[in-house]
Amino acid sequence: MEDFKPRILVAKPGLDGHDRGVKVVARALRDAGMEVIYTGLRQTPEMIVEAALQEDVDAIGLSILSGAHMPLVTRIMALIVENEMEDVPVFLGGIIPDDDVTALNEMGVSGVFGPGANMNSIVDFVWEKVRARA
Amino acid sequence: MQDLIEQARNGRPRAIARLITKVENSRSGAAKIVPALYKFTGQAHIVGITGAPGSGKSSLVNELAKALRRRDHKVAIVAVDPSSPFTGGALLGDRVRMRDLSGDKGIFIRSLASRGSLGGLSQATAAVIKVLDAAKFDTILVETVGAGQAEVDIAGAAHTTLVIEAPGMGDDVQSIKAGILEIADILVVNKADRPGAARTVRSLQTMLQLGQTMMVNHHGRSMQTASIAPNGSNDADNWEIPVQETVAIEGAGIEDLLDVILVHKDHLRATNGWLTQEKLRSRREIEALLQARFMERFQTAVSQDDRDQLITSVANRTTDPYTAVAEIFNQIKT
Repeated sequence: MEDFKPRILVAKPGLDGHDRGVKVVARALRDAGMEVIYTGLRQTPEMIVEAALQEDVDAIGLSILSGAHMPLVTRIMALIVENEMEDVPVFLGGIIPDDDVTALNEMGVSGVFGPGANMNSIVDFVWEKVRARA
Repeated sequence: MQDLIEQARNGRPRAIARLITKVENSRSGAAKIVPALYKFTGQAHIVGITGAPGSGKSSLVNELAKALRRRDHKVAIVAVDPSSPFTGGALLGDRVRMRDLSGDKGIFIRSLASRGSLGGLSQATAAVIKVLDAAKFDTILVETVGAGQAEVDIAGAAHTTLVIEAPGMGDDVQSIKAGILEIADILVVNKADRPGAARTVRSLQTMLQLGQTMMVNHHGRSMQTASIAPNGSNDADNWEIPVQETVAIEGAGIEDLLDVILVHKDHLRATNGWLTQEKLRSRREIEALLQARFMERFQTAVSQDDRDQLITSVANRTTDPYTAVAEIFNQIKT
C-alpha cells in the first residue's frame, strides 16, 4: 500500500447509458489503492471539468461508447485549457476507432483503451501518469 | 501559500481545491495552512448529515443545497465515503446524486475518503471545513460515511446535526439504543412516502418523549416522570428535537426542513449554544492533534526494533500491555 493517494475522476460524458465499463475501471483503480470519484451517467463536458477542478484530481478518465468522442473530447480539452489544468492527464476508454486515436492524442489525450484492453495495463498506465506528476 | 489563501478568499475554485488537497494530504500541510487562515473562520454554519447507507443522505444534501441557493446562501458540500481497509483505495460516489448542482458558482463540492478513520469522517475533515469557512461559504453541509450506530464524530464537527432515518430499518428498541440518535439536533425521516414511515416517525417521537419530563396518568394518579434527557449538546438550552419528514428525490419537505435548520442556528446564536459548540469543537481538535503528536513522538523516540520487541513480549506474556506502555512513557519523557 502506498502512502500517496492519487485522486482520479472517472466520468461518462454524453448520452450513452452504458456504465459497465466505467464501473469496472473504477473498481480496478480503487483496488489499486486510488481514490476514485465517479460522477454518474450523462455528464456534460462542463460538469466533468468543474468536478475535476473542485476535486483537484490527479487524472481524468473518460468512458464514451456513443461514438461522439471527437466533439466531446474536443470540448473537454478546451475547458481543461480554459481552467489551466493542462497538467492533469486525461485517458479515454470505450468504442474508439483506431483512426481517431492519433487525433485524440494530438488533442492531449494521453492514453486510449478500447475493448479488450488489459485491466492491469490501464492501472499501470494511470499509476505511471500520476506518479510522474506528483 | 498566502497567495493561494488570498485567491481562495476571493472564491477562486482552483485555489480552494488546492488548499483542501494540501490540508488533506499531510498534517504538516495543515499545520502551515490552518494557522494562516484560522482568523477568517468561525463564520459559516456547519450542518452535519448522517445516517445509514441508503437512507438518502446525498439526495437530501442535493435538495438542501438547492434550497439554500434559493435563499442566496453560498454553499459548500463535504461528502465523505469509506476507504478500503485493505487497499486504502476508495470509490467516492456522492456526486452522482448531486448532478443538479453543477454550473453554479455558489456551490463547491468536495469528496473525501475516510482514510482509516472510524468515526464517520476523515481525520482531515475539520481542516477541510476550515478552508471552506475561510473561503466565505455561508453554509457547509458535511455528509458522513454511511453510519451504523456509533459513528458520532460529526456531532463534534457540526453546529447542527441531522440524523436521517428511512422507514423499515428496525423495531422500536433500535430507537432507544445509545449512539447515533443521541447526537441529532434534528431527526429526519426520509422516504416518507414509503410504507411504515408513520410508524418510524412515531417511534422516534416516543423515544424523544421518554427523555422528557412530563405528566402521565398512572393508575388514575397524575405523576411526573423523571427527566432522563441524554446529555446531548443542546439539552441545557432546551432545544426540542423535531422529527421532520422528507421525500428527498421529489424535493418534498425540504423547505420545512431548511426552516428548522435555520431556526436551530438562530437558537444556537441566541442561547450561547454556538459558543458552547465552538469550545467543544476546539477541545476535541486540540485533543486529537495532541494524540497524533504523541503517536508521532512515540514512533520517532522508540525504534522500530524496540517496538517490535515490546509487542512480542506482550504477545508471549513476558510482559503486559500496561507495563509496556509505562516503559514507553518513561522513554519518551527523558
